Amino acid sequence: MSAANGHTTATMTFKHGVHPEEFKELSADCAIERMPFVKEYTLPLGQHIGAPSKPIVKKGDKVQRGQKIANAGGFVSVALHSPVDGTVKDITLMPHPNGTLQQAISIIADPFSSQLLKLPPVANPEQIDAKTFVSMVQDAGIVGMGGAAFPAHVKFALPEGKNCKYLMLNGCECEPFLTADHRIMVEHAEEIIDGIRILNRFLGAKKTYIAIEANKPDAITILNDLANKSGLPIEVCPLKVKYPQGAEKMMITAILGKEVPSGKLPLDLEIVVSNVGTIASISDLFRKSKPLIERVVTVTGTAIKRPSNVLVPIGTPMRDVMNLCGGITDASARILLGGPMMGAVQKDLDAPVLKGTSGILVLTKNEVSDLDEYNCIRCSRCVDACPIYLNPSLLGMLAKKGLWDEMAENNIMDCFECASCSFVCPSAIPLVQSFRVGKGMLREKWGREKEKA
Amino acid sequence: MESKQLYVSTSPFLKDKDTTPKIMFTVVYTLIPVLAVSFYFFGLSAILITAVAIFSCMITEWFFNRDKPITSSLKDGSALITGMLLALTLPPGFPLWMVFVGGVVSIGMGKMIWGGLGQNVFNPALVGRGFLQAAFPTAITTWSPPDGRFFGLRGTNLAFPFYQGKSVDAISSATPLSKMKFDHQFESISNLLLGNIGGSLGETCGLILILCGAYLLYKKIINWRIVASIILTVMLFSGIFYLIDPTVYPSPIFMILSGGLLLGTVYMATDLVTSPLTPKGCWIYGIGIGLLVVLIRLWGGLPEGMMYAILLMNAATPLINRFAKIRTYGH
Repeated sequence: MSAANGHTTATMTFKHGVHPEEFKELSADCAIERMPFVKEYTLPLGQHIGAPSKPIVKKGDKVQRGQKIANAGGFVSVALHSPVDGTVKDITLMPHPNGTLQQAISIIADPFSSQLLKLPPVANPEQIDAKTFVSMVQDAGIVGMGGAAFPAHVKFALPEGKNCKYLMLNGCECEPFLTADHRIMVEHAEEIIDGIRILNRFLGAKKTYIAIEANKPDAITILNDLANKSGLPIEVCPLKVKYPQGAEKMMITAILGKEVPSGKLPLDLEIVVSNVGTIASISDLFRKSKPLIERVVTVTGTAIKRPSNVLVPIGTPMRDVMNLCGGITDASARILLGGPMMGAVQKDLDAPVLKGTSGILVLTKNEVSDLDEYNCIRCSRCVDACPIYLNPSLLGMLAKKGLWDEMAENNIMDCFECASCSFVCPSAIPLVQSFRVGKGMLREKWGREKEKA
Repeated sequence: MESKQLYVSTSPFLKDKDTTPKIMFTVVYTLIPVLAVSFYFFGLSAILITAVAIFSCMITEWFFNRDKPITSSLKDGSALITGMLLALTLPPGFPLWMVFVGGVVSIGMGKMIWGGLGQNVFNPALVGRGFLQAAFPTAITTWSPPDGRFFGLRGTNLAFPFYQGKSVDAISSATPLSKMKFDHQFESISNLLLGNIGGSLGETCGLILILCGAYLLYKKIINWRIVASIILTVMLFSGIFYLIDPTVYPSPIFMILSGGLLLGTVYMATDLVTSPLTPKGCWIYGIGIGLLVVLIRLWGGLPEGMMYAILLMNAATPLINRFAKIRTYGH
């Protein structure tokens, strides 16, 4: 964190947390490049949190790039658009990055198309009301692009009686290796500021914070300059480099010093949080009539030949994206979507890049070497690491014995699975892994009880 | 790339570099200078006691895990630490067969019957020491001073099993604490720091313990809250009495540097397994040890109180863990 390694000093942060090696230098300076169009695309209907989209095309239909091919399946759901000019090949079960087969629309790209976006202009954001805005965002398929893929419009639709005082843009990108948000902030800063302007017409936030970890000094400078020039009440907040700084609750605590009460949303503190990429895509929607059909993906890892940041059409198979980046070396052992702390391992390279895919990471055997597990020595490193002050040591022992209810009493449901505990555990106990199991068991049990009642 | 075998496991894929064996061996490395100093002062006797203590701890650990490969139970280094620590708490003239018994009790009763590494409530080395104190009260309070003869083995070391052995050493001395307790004589601070005094193998030289403790604190292997709370409580509590009557009560600095207080603070009270998990719990635990050690030293029947202070607070640790909880974020 000294000035020598290019970090600006920042002291704002949350308590606890961990310091994994960053590995961002692999791709931090690689400008975003465009992924060439490939032969075939797979668009799972469920690539966001909530109800899956409902297809409105059928096998054999011709589709245009940017054309809507599926409607939102409910309020917590978004539409889906074709990333290419082409033909619908099929609507069937296809590999999904979560390891299962899921209903998906597959599209064969038209090899003779120019792939230019030919969509009619959308309404002027100055002339629409909040309700229209929310449904336009939903119809453009925009979801949170930080990784969770929560439909963005749900956050922007303020319920009756709720106000938004602060808008917070999340540009922390605390996961090691990932640099997609970093490049978006450096290369698309205007869109971000413009997105804030559009969004705040409807949210009415008094102040907008852009949270950026101090290891991205170039992004901080660029956004600071633009924010000052814009005349809007925007403050760029450099935050201390620490994992999981980019978790919504940790970011709010770092900036405002407040805690989000358990079971409540940021909106209960009059805060709306959104990823920087999501905000940029709102600008794209209104200024370029462009729905969410592509996103920036960091393709990186010590086992990828040419780490890069790539603008990938949604639905492109991972295999093609990795081939663009020179392919993988023989040392590769794990391929995952997302960062190394919370990402999901892939078993099928035909699975596509989704709206929530922030990175494709290829790790070597050395990095993932399985360590011997020892008994817990109660060193309390996990207690000192947990950003929400749980006692992972105790929870781990309860999980081992299958005492799910006792885990619930010790607030396991507050755990957002950042994996800091597993990261620090010197005995290599699979803590967060067992918490996922415990949370799943509890949800299942509570679901059964609800059904009975 | 087509035929590449893909493995599936769950995140996280990054891991902090510290592992349990690494933590244990860092402690082992810092114990080496402490042992070296005791070898310097107490010569061959110290070397033999250390060797026997380590041997008996490791062989007991292996015995309880004899169905597993020999490396699996010994490679974490915890039995080695227990052996080293047990040796450091024993007087230089202690019969070797008793050392062996102490090692067996340390690992067997102090650790294995609880379920092995990480499961014990009491610090294993102190369980062994406590057993020896109860079983052989004379031998464990017979102190022969550093005599400058490196190869001058103390006769009692080689006592035949089940015999106490007769001290052939001309001089037998008292420890600074027993001199304080029974004669109201206070050892000079410089002697306490440099270690040219009577006492257990590892407790006489304050300076090396302070240095090793500082290194362990810097490496964040021991919890600073426990160290700080013990030292501060002892200084404060004994300081009050020192101010009342300096001729009867020892100075706070004397309290810190004499006896096993530093050894116990750096290596035993901070034992990860038997100390509380939460910051608040660590403060309660450390303050408890500090109060108990002053109480025992000033008014108890024994000159030394560190061992019992730690063992008593070890017993309280599960309770402390239960009550000194940290508030979950957002609750």
